[in-house]
Amino acid sequence: MNLTLRIWRQSGPDESGEMVTYQVTDVSPDMSFLEMLDILNEDLILRGEQPVAFDHDCREGICGSCGMVINGSAHGPVQTTTCQLHMRSFNDGDVIDIEPWRAAAFPVIKDLVVDRSAFDRIIQAGGYISAPTGTAPDAHAVPVPKPDADLAFENATCIGCGACVAACPNGSAMLFTSAKINHLNVLPQGQPERESRVLDMVTTMDAEGFGGCTNTGECAAACPKGIPLASIATMNREFLRAARKAPR
Amino acid sequence: MASTGVIMLLFLIVHMAGNLKIFFGPTDFNSYAAWLRTIGEPVLHETWYLWVQRVVLLACLVAHVTSAIQLTHRDIHARPQRYRSKRPWRATFATNTMRYGGAILALFVIWHILDLTVGAVNPRGEAGHPYENVVADFGVWWIALIYVVAMLALCLHIYHGFWSAAQTLGANNAARNVVFKTIATVLALAITVGFLSVPIAVMTGLVR
Amino acid sequence: MSNPKKQNAAKRSTGGRNAGKPKDSVGAYTVGDAIVDTKAPAGPVEKRWDTRRFEAKLVNPANRRKHRVIVVGTGLAGGSAGATLAEQGYHVIQFCYQDSPRRAHSVAAQGGINAAKNYRNDGDSIHRLFYDTVKGGDFRSRESNVYRLAQISVEIIDQCVAQGVPFAREYGGLLDNRSFGGVQVSRTFYARGQTGQQLLLGAYQALSRQIEAGNVEMHARTEMLDLVVVDGRARGIVARDLVTGKIETYLADAVVLATGGYGNTFYLSTNAKGSNATAIWRAHKRGAHFANPCYTQIHPTCIPRSGDHQSKLTLMSESLRNDGRIWVPKTKGDKRSPADIPEDERDYYLERIYPSFGNLVPRDIASRAAKNVCDEGRGVGPGGLGVYLDFADAIQRMGLDKVSEKYGNLFEMYERITGENPYQVPMRIYPAIHYTMGGLWVDYDLQSTIPGMFVIGEANFSDHGANRLGASALMQGLADGYFVLPSTINDYLARGGLDAVGADDPAVTTTVAEVEDRIKRLLAVDGDRTVDSFHRELGTLMWDECGMARNAEGLKKALARIPELREEFWQRVKVPGTGYELNQSLEKANRVADFLELAELMCLDALVREESCGGHFREESQTPDGEAKRDDERFSHVAAWEYTGVGEPPVLHKETLDFEYVHPTQRSYA
Repeated sequence: MNLTLRIWRQSGPDESGEMVTYQVTDVSPDMSFLEMLDILNEDLILRGEQPVAFDHDCREGICGSCGMVINGSAHGPVQTTTCQLHMRSFNDGDVIDIEPWRAAAFPVIKDLVVDRSAFDRIIQAGGYISAPTGTAPDAHAVPVPKPDADLAFENATCIGCGACVAACPNGSAMLFTSAKINHLNVLPQGQPERESRVLDMVTTMDAEGFGGCTNTGECAAACPKGIPLASIATMNREFLRAARKAPR
Repeated sequence: MASTGVIMLLFLIVHMAGNLKIFFGPTDFNSYAAWLRTIGEPVLHETWYLWVQRVVLLACLVAHVTSAIQLTHRDIHARPQRYRSKRPWRATFATNTMRYGGAILALFVIWHILDLTVGAVNPRGEAGHPYENVVADFGVWWIALIYVVAMLALCLHIYHGFWSAAQTLGANNAARNVVFKTIATVLALAITVGFLSVPIAVMTGLVR
Repeated sequence: MSNPKKQNAAKRSTGGRNAGKPKDSVGAYTVGDAIVDTKAPAGPVEKRWDTRRFEAKLVNPANRRKHRVIVVGTGLAGGSAGATLAEQGYHVIQFCYQDSPRRAHSVAAQGGINAAKNYRNDGDSIHRLFYDTVKGGDFRSRESNVYRLAQISVEIIDQCVAQGVPFAREYGGLLDNRSFGGVQVSRTFYARGQTGQQLLLGAYQALSRQIEAGNVEMHARTEMLDLVVVDGRARGIVARDLVTGKIETYLADAVVLATGGYGNTFYLSTNAKGSNATAIWRAHKRGAHFANPCYTQIHPTCIPRSGDHQSKLTLMSESLRNDGRIWVPKTKGDKRSPADIPEDERDYYLERIYPSFGNLVPRDIASRAAKNVCDEGRGVGPGGLGVYLDFADAIQRMGLDKVSEKYGNLFEMYERITGENPYQVPMRIYPAIHYTMGGLWVDYDLQSTIPGMFVIGEANFSDHGANRLGASALMQGLADGYFVLPSTINDYLARGGLDAVGADDPAVTTTVAEVEDRIKRLLAVDGDRTVDSFHRELGTLMWDECGMARNAEGLKKALARIPELREEFWQRVKVPGTGYELNQSLEKANRVADFLELAELMCLDALVREESCGGHFREESQTPDGEAKRDDERFSHVAAWEYTGVGEPPVLHKETLDFEYVHPTQRSYA
């Protein structure tokens, strides 16, 4: 099939960008979306033009590197990662708009590549359990009820791609932050730092310039790993509880 | 926003229930309105309770609107550059129109106070005769229309707002989600139908 | 050990401009001194690690802060090492090419992690895990290292649970285990199909905590391009900031490489697109020996390629073979849809050739059998490179619900990628490059032949021999990072003699100049072929001649072709843009240039090892019924290669493998 792509091109962080139109021909429905961009890039290189820069790595939907807004939707029309989106989701003659994640906390580096280090800083603020190597008791010393373990796992599957922020009309990072807080706060091992974790991570999240939550649910609808919207409510509960217990 | 919203919502439930007294005729309704001024007597002086309530509601409203403005401001700054392509319409109409609905309601509250509390813009505007004032109001088509539009906006605002408050206050979870959504729907519909019954009754001549 | 004079041999060439060589020198190499001391203590195998730890010198806690340690890579090995070294008090400078340390490719491991916990009381023990690993590695690994790995496996699980890794649990709240990779005990801990992700996030979080504490200086989107060797010791790296293009030097007292394997030499593999061999290859060129480069693992159940556009391959869990039946049509070139092929015209070849193991034969055997039937022209799907994995019988026997409960998520993944519904149409699978057992040579301390440079995880060669068992990669990465390296690196640092190195040291300035020169040359070629086109061509060549089955003729052909391709690369590659910006083509070109050199060593090693063992199958060395045949007389050794120059004959150093506890036997699955 033949497609028209309109892609955001921006040569550097401080440059202004624009949508540029490209034609790609002979696209196979079996190609992944990124493979379609590979073809475009090979073509651009041979024509002496700059290829489109985009982040990608594992291409199997787990590393969280890739991410672009395709026709207005984070990761495109299917609820999965961009690398797992295939061209069979499109039709011959389609016009496809491709833009980077847009958020003040995710400045564009080049074309479709954005800086998501704000996510790392949120984790650094408390998204861990302090268990230095060598200090651990036997793994069976503390049983974890299966529902708690499952809930922790469900939240722990977050891949940190940033689609939640990109999809949120407010550019909010609540779903990302809540996933890590819920993963750790529900486990017995996470109890000692339960309050400081939520307070510190939320403070950092706010300081990074993410927007506030208005419960639109767009984040959960775009999340390729299906982190539920209820995680945000749980985080709010944890936050209110922590604020009561440790006022500052 | 969640807590102030919930307080105002509680007030609206009582307010709506009180309004229904209009169906028992002018005597009932007017004496109910008069009673409102005497709540808390003899401990409180006449209308003191009413003023306490007004102050609380005003504080809630101011806080609610201030938070809304702050949040909107923050959200706009969180995405300085907008997407070129249009976002597909995933969330409900209610969710997407919270800010517009909120603005409509804010303007309406001002109108409503000038109309039926102060009486300044009421076609009749006679103190101590709320029943007659109401009937006079809804005899005018465009005034009735203001009320209808505002109540529809209120319906949407409560529908998203109540569930949203459950999220924000951390009361919601996966299992309770359906419950909160249902309560939100029932509350939004009940309050709207209750409020709208009055102008409709006047316009259809049921209350005159 | 190696000749110290040769440790700066990389001076001779850092590029491949004059890389062509005459045909008669194909496969040339020289034999150097044997490696006799691996630093493993003597005595009973179960005491060796204790002995080593006791004998190792320690660094006073107050002095650790003064030592800077560079860690390259943030996967399971690098992430855990960086966090642990920082916890001990060292100042860690850490690098990853991804935008965040959480994205390293360990994240993609599905199956699980082995540990000899014996929680199932099914007869498992440290000794049994040790035995299984040595045997599974086809008797080409070191007993001392493997025993240590089995010992540490137990501590890893404790550590990860304490960090909050959400392993699968049973209703009683205790950890669940499953049997994996054909072993007879249930010792695999798992977190659904995302064990690698969960373990990596555990290490990433521990690392994040140390970053926040100021003990780790994290450089994301920064790629190591060379090793700085001063007076024969590793003292730093030269790295490129991938956003600004700036070349920077980072100096330290020791350098740890945790940069993963080199499976991407084959272009198509289950590795991440960015996975590369640059760090280990440049270190090799600075004097680190490269061990067993021909040991590559091929995984039988990957989704086949759908066309020339294919950019990578996706693995599907091996557990599918428990209930699926593998078959191809009996006749060549049968283009009928699978449903139209009657039962008696299907060849369930694994069940036919290996009646007792059937579809559950080990990875290498299943892979080779698939290759054979496809070579006969009986393969299915686009290009005829695929075999059916059919669940029709399983659905009939167990019911649709049971099948979907067990394999639902895998079926979904398959359908997302191929657009075919495996409940109705048999899946198509084909083998793919998955893991590399070879890597930089390290001693028992995980130190390379360059003093001060340590290599951990998949980047080293140490524990898996010629074949890695399922669920052992995660175990090794974490064992190295959390426990082994943090103990052994103390000894190196405590022995001192590390004088300050200045940025103006000639060793530093020369290395920087070489790196910059190479980037300039890559940009200057301005030819007419893209980097990917070279990479694809190299990959096809390697897959054909140095893939699932190898023979002398094919390897010689590859050895003749690779230098030509390399020369063509340096004459015709086109890299747009400049070096002073985010330039993904330049990043790729830099990596592919190294693959083009490494590939030659892989083929040479495969040619020299005239036996079949584990993942290395030489067609000349097989039993009458077509199984791999080891030659313990001649090849019971590690082949550690010393670099002498691009296209120059390398020097082979042999490290003999002794087996005191597990005695070599020939595998049989018929």
